[in-house]
Amino acid sequence: MEKKRREFLKVIAAGTSGLIGGSALASESSSKKDTGSYLGVLVDTVNCIGCRKCEWACNQENQEEKLELAKFESKEVFKTSRRMESDKFTVVNSYDNPKAPEEKSFLKVQCMHCNEPACVSACIVGALTKSENGAVSYDAWKCIGCRYCIVACPFQVPTYEYHDVLTPEVKKCTFCYHLIKEGKAPACVEICPEEALTFGTRKDLIELAYSRIKKSPDKYYPYIYGEKDIGGTSWMYLTGVNYNKTQLPELPERPIPEITESIQHGIFKSFIPPLALYGLLGLIMYSTKEKENSEGGENE
Amino acid sequence: MNKLKHHEHPEQMKVKYFSFGTKILTVIAGLGMTAFIYRFFVGLDVATNLDNQYPWGIWIAIDVASGVALAAGGFTTAALAEIFHREKYHSIIRPALLTAMLGYTFVAIGLLADLGRYYNIWHPMMPNMWSGNSVLFEVGICVMIYLTVLYIEFLPIVVERFKSKVNLPSLLAILNKPIELFLKIADKTLGRVTFIFIIAGVVLSCLHQSSLGTLMVIAPTKMHPLWYSPWSPLLFLLSAISVGFPMVIFESILASRSFKIKPEKKVLSSIAKYTPIILSVYFIIKVLDLIYRDALHYIWEGSLSSYSFSVEMLIGVIIPTIMLLNNKIRNNINGLFIAASMVIFGVVLNRINVYLVAYNPLYEIETYFPSVIEIAVTIGLISTLILVYRFVVIVFPVISIDGETKKKMENKNQFGIIK
Repeated sequence: MEKKRREFLKVIAAGTSGLIGGSALASESSSKKDTGSYLGVLVDTVNCIGCRKCEWACNQENQEEKLELAKFESKEVFKTSRRMESDKFTVVNSYDNPKAPEEKSFLKVQCMHCNEPACVSACIVGALTKSENGAVSYDAWKCIGCRYCIVACPFQVPTYEYHDVLTPEVKKCTFCYHLIKEGKAPACVEICPEEALTFGTRKDLIELAYSRIKKSPDKYYPYIYGEKDIGGTSWMYLTGVNYNKTQLPELPERPIPEITESIQHGIFKSFIPPLALYGLLGLIMYSTKEKENSEGGENE
Repeated sequence: MNKLKHHEHPEQMKVKYFSFGTKILTVIAGLGMTAFIYRFFVGLDVATNLDNQYPWGIWIAIDVASGVALAAGGFTTAALAEIFHREKYHSIIRPALLTAMLGYTFVAIGLLADLGRYYNIWHPMMPNMWSGNSVLFEVGICVMIYLTVLYIEFLPIVVERFKSKVNLPSLLAILNKPIELFLKIADKTLGRVTFIFIIAGVVLSCLHQSSLGTLMVIAPTKMHPLWYSPWSPLLFLLSAISVGFPMVIFESILASRSFKIKPEKKVLSSIAKYTPIILSVYFIIKVLDLIYRDALHYIWEGSLSSYSFSVEMLIGVIIPTIMLLNNKIRNNINGLFIAASMVIFGVVLNRINVYLVAYNPLYEIETYFPSVIEIAVTIGLISTLILVYRFVVIVFPVISIDGETKKKMENKNQFGIIK
């Protein structure tokens, strides 16, 4: 009895260490690093005047219900901090900037189009994909509506059409994929009247951002948010104050999929751990049966 | 598994289907079913309190995550009795198997309510949509295959009950022959290959029970440090294993009361010996993990998370471990029942903690609390599961009765709905 109990525990321990310990053997990951093909947008929140024209342009480009420009002119909205909704892919909020006390600074938010997106890694059916040009796109046809992408997103970006009874979709900024694949700029960048939004390759934008910080060191907080955060994002920010005083979340540099995918691939490394467990259990099943027979059936 | 041992007498329960409790459950199940159907007419916005910050609620934390954990009796019992050949536990295989089968079936039904595009639930099976990097994909595939395995494992019981007895009324009589043929083929083939499915069931269970723990690892910045751990998969697997036997004990005692049969105290007390061992291993790994991640001090944080964590560990792990190490308590039906209930409570609370309490989204508007419809659906599903369980153990020989009780029952001459 004692011996068998020990056997039982030993096997459970072996099985689980096979499952978990394998995680050290992290294998191929879904996420690609930026090899220069990723496009991006540099959001210069110091230059932003809070005109909200980008919100309007986004509405015109991406929503079925086109709203008038007048609907986006109110400055009342800056009294509260807003978030994206299923029919609003971007919103502009304000933040306090002590370097320019007479004026507020503004922060446009939308999907960051991560280099190594957690949502893409999470998606059970591959409905979310990372394109060569950096855009994170959504295919509603594949989606089963589990909303795991919303759980996974470190920026809390994807929204869901909960009100839609039959065909709800995950909604978020598309990076105007249909425009950028033709070499055009996203609608919000196109309309921006100030040098608040700049569209280009990520590499060029990082250079541009550093040169701006260098040129006016007293205007900018010397950090490009999104260059390295959470593995880097296509949309990057320059802020007047430390970014943690704005609504941008404090995130580690390690991309999220690295953690889960290394566990995942550890468990499924060429199916060896599951097959090993199968074989081990089979062996135990066979050997204990033999014992039972030789001892004449009942052994307890 | 379909070879019956001499000391085992799985019987059909000879009771009337509707007792007082059954009637109450039927009403609750009816309300739950109404809420379930209502959700499909009004959508998630009206039916639930979910929003863009809290995309997952109790339908995931309880119906799915806890449901899968509580169905662990199936694979733990199969491992003990059929792989390690502990023959004296043979009598609990069938009830545990039935619980697992129904448990997973209701996980799938519950999931339908939660999915925005429930009609696409089959998508993960399509090779062109396979997503090897997704933890959820692994959970989904394993659960789908395991559910099939469970039905195959249950088939011998159907064969035993209905082989050469298939007799459907009137119009359905056309199906008599095909079903009879199917049962005959199943009878001839299954005996030789059951072991493949038994082992597969255990492996699949280990895989997805642990992966359910990996799920929330994808949100490192949103999870409370008391539960955020890369070791979460191991902890989930261990807690699933630990709750397997308590679930068998809990159900067995409830069933014995409901069907007025003697509980198999010997078997239950004996199987309860494993629980404190597994719980202790779980506890040690949990504490080491907290120390290693320097998160132990969050226990004194004074937040909902810290209180919930303390309750989870005290009631779900520490107290039942001490109770079950005590021979007196373990050999007492009430003691067993209370300790088993505590372990079950602890695991359910753990799943709720990991999926809801520990999850702190950015830009929270309103803290999530389930809506009336969400609660009604969850309670309704649990009630329906119990009702179906009762039906199955009346129709099929699942629960074992010792010889003495059997004689008594025959003498009492009770009427069953099925002879």
